[in-house]
Amino acid sequence: MKLARVLGNIQATVKHEVYTGYRIMTVQPLDENLHPEGESHLAVDFAQSGPGDIVLVAVEGNASRQLFMNDQAPVHAVIEGVVDHVERGE
Amino acid sequence: MHLARVIGKVVATQKHEALEGIKLLMIQPVNHNLKPKSAPIVAVDNMQSGEGDLVAYVTGREGSLMLEENFTPVDAGIVAIVDSVNTEVAP
Repeated sequence: MKLARVLGNIQATVKHEVYTGYRIMTVQPLDENLHPEGESHLAVDFAQSGPGDIVLVAVEGNASRQLFMNDQAPVHAVIEGVVDHVERGE
Repeated sequence: MHLARVIGKVVATQKHEALEGIKLLMIQPVNHNLKPKSAPIVAVDNMQSGEGDLVAYVTGREGSLMLEENFTPVDAGIVAIVDSVNTEVAP
């Protein structure tokens, strides 16, 4: 799982049926200092997240299919939680 | 899952039988600003998307799950045609 910041969402009228009723967000991966790292991508929201939130993202198919409770769901990235804060040692 | 722009189609007459009848598109992955973010790839499509469309695609094992016969050897598949990208926060 990775940390990311929610940037916004996308709208798609034509989509695979499993996505109906779910929000697809654009997220920016973050490094350990919460600075942007790498390129933004998409993730389906399972944590009622909103723009600006730091979130926990799983980029992996099996985790995604578990959350959809559908082992045939063509989904590969999900938002699993909204992060309150990150504690780090020295 | 990523955004991409459809930039062409791929025709392959000689191919593994599992790919018979499957539409292959060349897509350019883009970020939330619709700027290219990596090299173009080939993805399967059954959303009737076409050149110029902005799409969402999935990679890996899940890339084939939108196909009728989903035990198919592909690693990227289009799952949505994107109407708009709403960016409310800068990275």
